[in-house]
Amino acid sequence: MRKTFPERTALITGMLLAVLGSLLPCLWFVLTSLKSQIQVEAIPPHWWPDGSLAFYRSALIDHQLLNYVWNSAIVASSTTAIALVIATPAAYALARLRLTGTPWILGGLLCVAMFPHIVIAGPVWQILERLGGLNTHWGLVLPYVALTLPLAVWILATFFKELPPELEEAARIDGCTAWQALYKVILPLAAPGLFTAAILTFIYAWNEFFFALLILTDPAQQTLPVGIALFQGEFTMPWGEIAAASVIATTPLIIVVLLCQRGIISGLSAGAVKE
Amino acid sequence: MTTPTSDQTTGWIMVLPALACVAVFSLYPAMDSFVLSLYRLYVTLPGLEASFIGFGNYEQLFQDPVAHQAFLTTLGFVLLSTTFEILLGTGIALVIHERFKGRGWVRGAVLIPWAIPTVVASQMWRFLANDQYGAINFVLFGDRVNAYIPWLADPWTAFGVIVMVDVWKTSSFAGLLVLAGLQVIPDGIYDAARIDGATAWQRFWHITLPLLKPALLAALLFRTIDAFRVFDLVFVMTQGGPGDATQVIQFYGYKTLFTEGRVGYGTTISVTVFVATLLLSLLYLLTVGSKLLERERT
Repeated sequence: MRKTFPERTALITGMLLAVLGSLLPCLWFVLTSLKSQIQVEAIPPHWWPDGSLAFYRSALIDHQLLNYVWNSAIVASSTTAIALVIATPAAYALARLRLTGTPWILGGLLCVAMFPHIVIAGPVWQILERLGGLNTHWGLVLPYVALTLPLAVWILATFFKELPPELEEAARIDGCTAWQALYKVILPLAAPGLFTAAILTFIYAWNEFFFALLILTDPAQQTLPVGIALFQGEFTMPWGEIAAASVIATTPLIIVVLLCQRGIISGLSAGAVKE
Repeated sequence: MTTPTSDQTTGWIMVLPALACVAVFSLYPAMDSFVLSLYRLYVTLPGLEASFIGFGNYEQLFQDPVAHQAFLTTLGFVLLSTTFEILLGTGIALVIHERFKGRGWVRGAVLIPWAIPTVVASQMWRFLANDQYGAINFVLFGDRVNAYIPWLADPWTAFGVIVMVDVWKTSSFAGLLVLAGLQVIPDGIYDAARIDGATAWQRFWHITLPLLKPALLAALLFRTIDAFRVFDLVFVMTQGGPGDATQVIQFYGYKTLFTEGRVGYGTTISVTVFVATLLLSLLYLLTVGSKLLERERT
């Protein structure tokens, strides 16, 4: 049905407010990253930058930003790969094999995902100290896998449940084991679900700060959020460099979100309202 | 179709690695924290043996004025931020639920605050709220430099800024949960109401809102639990200050546990936070969860 004039006005106003409210603060930081030191410290501030790349240069070279990018990339991609390898069979079993206690397992996972991080932080730190995992990437990946598994299992299980069971039943009647049915029939069909789970896991690991701060105290090992949070100048706050580093840390995420918003939206609501 | 017993075995093998991982790195640590909270234990004093003191740490917590303040601050933060997030999130959901050209881009745009790292958002707003170079002062006061407000140096405005940044960052997430609820409401109901002459406001108040209740409560629960563990924002923007104005409980716990090395007392704080969130979740499951189950049965 067609919208009336006031309805359309309300929609357009709401849309503009939401989009501008989301983007304008970010735009200011992007502009800051392109200014010169004199412009950043101008009182009152200047809107438009001269278009200097000095802060990017300084962030990349003086503050070794690429090292942080590299650490974050390793940690986030290993977390994603390991979490998916573990979550996929689990989700398949919970969605399809009618395990006794399935609702308890799914509910329990959701519960664990809600734990305040500080309640597990101390003992996790001790476990890693004993294993020699402090200040290593794998020492951070292990807890990240555990923290992202619940969401990944939920997303994949919700997705598997929506696939038509006929193909798989036919395969099972032809003598496929559950494993074969998963790898030969379900996985090829489940690519969009796997992709969604992968994106969300990756974003989580790329952005996580609390555990990274505790486990990685050696600057050579630290991930981007820790680097950006602890950014220090010699005398004043290096706002320009922080802005440049933030733009570099965030641009890949923004591209992913704009391209994959559909998958992200369906994935995020999997654990909440559907089911 | 009945499940053969071999499938049960295979199924458990498939689930086991995930469960083991969660057990070792989430369940066991949570329980260990509870045990540690019964001891007097300092990592900074290695010579001092850990001594079992029962609920002594909890007694101390009840009398600790800093902890009281931190709990109150957290509670205020949770109440204010979740309220605004649900309100704004509902607004966002209503907008991105409509069909219009370029909706995909609008959805992507409102997701950006959610997607950027909290640390980045915190640094960004710390600069926006800067007393000299910040855009907020510039927008409000322009060239009248003398009127510029040091937002993060005053207890009340600093608290307000923290709440606002959390609302800015997570309203779209709340909006997505509400959107999922909107999507299951059939369009036919609205068309019928329209033919009967209901205004947009009446349709929202009498149709959308009642049907949206489960989604709203789910969003409320997720946001409440998440707001309870706010840390990154405070760490980057204020370090708990000025004074203790923005010292939320997770930050106080972090300082006690990792900066001061008071393991026993620090875990006591963390376990208390844990129990508070657990009670909240239970409350939610008992009220909303059971209603959802009932609806499914009928």
